[in-house]
Amino acid sequence: MPMLEVKDLQVYYGVIQALKGISFEVNQGEVIALIGANGAGKTTTLQTLTGILPAKSGQIIFEGKDITKVPAHKIVEMGIAHIPEGRRVFADMSVYENLLMGAYTRKDKAEIADSLALVYRRFPRLEERKNQRAGTLSGGEQQMLAMGRALMSKPRLIVMDEPSMGLSPIFVNEIFDIIQKVSEGGTTVLLVEQNAKKALSIADRAYVLETGSISLSGNADDLLHNESVQKAYLGE
Amino acid sequence: MMSFLSYLKDGISLGSIYAIIALGYTMVYGIAKMLNFAHGDVIMVGAFIILSSITKAGLSPALAILAGVVLCTLMGITIEAVAYRPLRKAASPLAVLITAIGVSYLLQNLALLIFGADAKSFVTVIDVPALVLFDGKMTIKGITIITIIACIVIMSVLTWFVKNTKPGRAMQAVAADKDAAQLMGVNVNATISLTFAIGSGLAAIAGLLLCSAYPSLTPYTGSMPGIKAFVAAVFGGIGSIPGAMVGGILLGVIEIFGRAYISSQIADAICFAVLIIVLLVKPTGLFGKNIQEKV
Repeated sequence: MPMLEVKDLQVYYGVIQALKGISFEVNQGEVIALIGANGAGKTTTLQTLTGILPAKSGQIIFEGKDITKVPAHKIVEMGIAHIPEGRRVFADMSVYENLLMGAYTRKDKAEIADSLALVYRRFPRLEERKNQRAGTLSGGEQQMLAMGRALMSKPRLIVMDEPSMGLSPIFVNEIFDIIQKVSEGGTTVLLVEQNAKKALSIADRAYVLETGSISLSGNADDLLHNESVQKAYLGE
Repeated sequence: MMSFLSYLKDGISLGSIYAIIALGYTMVYGIAKMLNFAHGDVIMVGAFIILSSITKAGLSPALAILAGVVLCTLMGITIEAVAYRPLRKAASPLAVLITAIGVSYLLQNLALLIFGADAKSFVTVIDVPALVLFDGKMTIKGITIITIIACIVIMSVLTWFVKNTKPGRAMQAVAADKDAAQLMGVNVNATISLTFAIGSGLAAIAGLLLCSAYPSLTPYTGSMPGIKAFVAAVFGGIGSIPGAMVGGILLGVIEIFGRAYISSQIADAICFAVLIIVLLVKPTGLFGKNIQEKV
């Protein structure tokens, strides 16, 4: 049984149909990339998964439970962390307070402290700046903070929306390294990216979204060498 | 000199009441991004509940205050759930603003229906001896002392609460970014309810303090202080708790000084003129944040 199963998902913005019945699945331990052009429906897919947008029809099943109608604030407790596009760290809170917000639904203080130590080990830069206001961090550091904050909920599935957006090339590489490490640590990853080349290079499998439908799917390596993908998304 | 000090303490005392009311405005604005224009009228309702609990139901002052705070808290939660929540996703933010004005008139007219239009004289609820200073040249009334202390205590507790407790951090998170807060597991509706609960409970206390200092109560008692507290909140930087405190006290002092040294007729006009000047010079208010985003 797949960890996450999306069946014929349809989503509308008013009368405009953003997702025209997409289906895909994510298995435990995989890194899955959703790639596609601007406006293809990548962010919409993630926002529907985590309850920020309502689905018109279709089903989202996570670990055997139907979560299609679960409200956004209950999703994190079910084991899914969502790193939104643009990072959305709490600018006026310190790095430390942001990380604590990530553990908002958890109660055991000792376990939270363990997770915090783990995040600081993975992102030493966050520990150096733990008392700094999050709004004063650079874009790459904010992305690290957003990732650390998501990890504080101890998710089994982590969904990331454009983690490399607006970052310098050095940070892009660093962020993708981290995603790989998160995956090696046992967390399943669903990744939405415009940087298709980078995404495909670390993903196991990928789905290509085109104006609200999945046009292609398969092994990431195969897609990386697929001619139409190369033309449309890899600029080759 | 003595009269200056005496006006100053009156100003600080009045300003402390404005500050407590302004908190309700500023917290609700910060978290729900709406102006609750009915907030001033909750003060009046609180004062009526406390007054009737003592004169009609024969409760002790302490129980009467408790009844006022509890009932206003419940009323705040109800108003939010019934009148504002269904409009939260409305296309225009004006919908909820107009509803708030409607709720304000509803509360005034309900009070008119139940208690009548004539002014009721407020009973002494807080009985604290006056402080006599400078060989009797200046007396500070007990209620003045209590008002200032109450304001300081409320501000300190609230600041601590927002900074150090889980619901407080949820409030900060919702104020900063509703969607991101939801993704952390924060229940946005519950957090907004809590904000209304706190603001309305404090409004009952403000009603008590206001009517103890100026003991005449009508269904319109909350209206003008409500608007002035709104001015104070904007003055201090709407959304900011310390801003509400500083804005409230400054406004109270300006009002009393204006009344004493310029003209009692135009004291209110002076308050609003000061607001206009502050907004021209610093549009975000004294403690308001300049919104800047880093990409």
